[in-house]
Amino acid sequence: MLKLENIWLEVGNGNGENKDILKGINLEFQKGKIYAITGPNGGGKTSIAKVIMGIYHQSEGNIVLEGEDISDLSVTERARKGIAYAFQQPPRFKGLTVSDLMNIALPGLDNLQLRTYLRDVGLCPEDYMDRPLGAGLSGGEIKRIEIAQLLAKNSAISIFDEPEAGVDLWTIQKLIGIIIERYKNNPDKTAVIITHNENVLPICDEIIVIDEGHLKERGTTDEIWHLIKDDIQCKNRELCRGEMINEF
Amino acid sequence: MNFSKLDMQMLQTISDMNGIPKGAVNIRLNGEAVLRNSSPNIKITSKTDKPGMNVEIRPGTRNETVHVPVVLTQSGLNDKVYNTFIVGEDADVVIIAGCGIHNEAHANSRHDGIHDIIVKKGARLLYTEKHYGQGEGAGKRILNPTTVVTVEDGAYCEMELVQIKGVDDTIRNTEAVIHKKGNLRIVEKLLTQGDQNAVSDIKIVIEGKGGTAQVLSRSVAQEHSMQSFHAALTGKTECFGHVECDAIIMGNAVIRSIPELHAENAEAVLTHEAAIGKIAGEQLIKLMSLGLTEEEAVNTILDGFLK
Repeated sequence: MLKLENIWLEVGNGNGENKDILKGINLEFQKGKIYAITGPNGGGKTSIAKVIMGIYHQSEGNIVLEGEDISDLSVTERARKGIAYAFQQPPRFKGLTVSDLMNIALPGLDNLQLRTYLRDVGLCPEDYMDRPLGAGLSGGEIKRIEIAQLLAKNSAISIFDEPEAGVDLWTIQKLIGIIIERYKNNPDKTAVIITHNENVLPICDEIIVIDEGHLKERGTTDEIWHLIKDDIQCKNRELCRGEMINEF
Repeated sequence: MNFSKLDMQMLQTISDMNGIPKGAVNIRLNGEAVLRNSSPNIKITSKTDKPGMNVEIRPGTRNETVHVPVVLTQSGLNDKVYNTFIVGEDADVVIIAGCGIHNEAHANSRHDGIHDIIVKKGARLLYTEKHYGQGEGAGKRILNPTTVVTVEDGAYCEMELVQIKGVDDTIRNTEAVIHKKGNLRIVEKLLTQGDQNAVSDIKIVIEGKGGTAQVLSRSVAQEHSMQSFHAALTGKTECFGHVECDAIIMGNAVIRSIPELHAENAEAVLTHEAAIGKIAGEQLIKLMSLGLTEEEAVNTILDGFLK
């Protein structure tokens, strides 16, 4: 089990002042469950993921993994303890290819596995295996490769940060199937999905709503989904029409 | 000729040789050509007026490789050599050059390789040249290559010029003239460390209509090393040319990058890109999130960048 105990995160706002991004977050993530973290933009969802991964260091509170306080562990050490994170906006690498990066995610990855993971995210292996991870790939392609890495890494705790962003509907549908197959009722795995997607949210066991750094709602999908469904669907319809709305 | 273990290690590093290759080969060791084989299509002969060799590749020669590595293991040697390569019309060959210096003493070791490469009409050449230095001596390892390339009508020349590591001082001069529908691609990769100094000066003139040139420079400067890259591209007619210089700067290193475009015709399309920067923090974090240590992540990024 992964526990976040009273997590506060303070960062500079660029004007020489500090701002609390996370304000006393308490959460538990159990094995065998899929969790959704949702909420308005800028509410602190990605910050929670980055605090778990060790990319951000909380100003207060503890992160406890299987009874061990991992608050002082580096990103590397947390990765080796079984936490993996698919970035919302993955970086590009000049010179490294798709298969290079996949091999870092899963050393010894064989050709068949590589092909399978790429197909899982809707990429044709022959077209992508040797492609450099540079400017020649679109944002959606880079994103799908990022998700393929997370699947290949097969960590105990996998955090997907807006997997739907920039990814086509067909791939998202396929990915939903893979997430269900991999994580639903799997006693060894936990999936945490930061998402606004109305197709992803219902497959989760629990939904956590984060707003302005606070834990606003938490409960089973049955309990929470009906509270936010209209807002989520409304938001997606608005976005489909190209209209800007700031929050749901 | 029996090569020592050190000789073979150097040869392997600079030219991927695990033994004496079949076909045309010329191995220069400590200022002398110690092994030379010609092939039916590739003739290697000594120059008569100065140190060096002529490599003549018969027209139409296909799928052959010439190895011409140079190794210096004797400290204090100042080796200068003039080589001419003529790739006959419609040939399609690979030339693997390269120079390795092992210096264990206080005197400087230096090799100046002056190459004249002529790629005749319709021919294709892949030319690779790797430079490498090693040894614990205080004497410098110095490599100063000068390469003059002529790409004739419809010919194609691809050059991969790599400084692997361990070269204390280098001044690299590369000049090229491209004729009608000729195509030249130069990929240069440099790594400097410590107090090393590297200067690369590339001058390309596209004289023939439809000629193309592409220069891609990737370099990494670490610690207190210094690099200067200057690529000048001149288009005299309807042509296309592009210079791209990408550098990663680390520690207290200094990098200068000066792309220069010179168009003498309204139909000349010449472009350049230049970027110098440190390793992006998000790249490091990404690789560390896959389980690499920070040092492993840095090395992975640099290896990929210079691959």
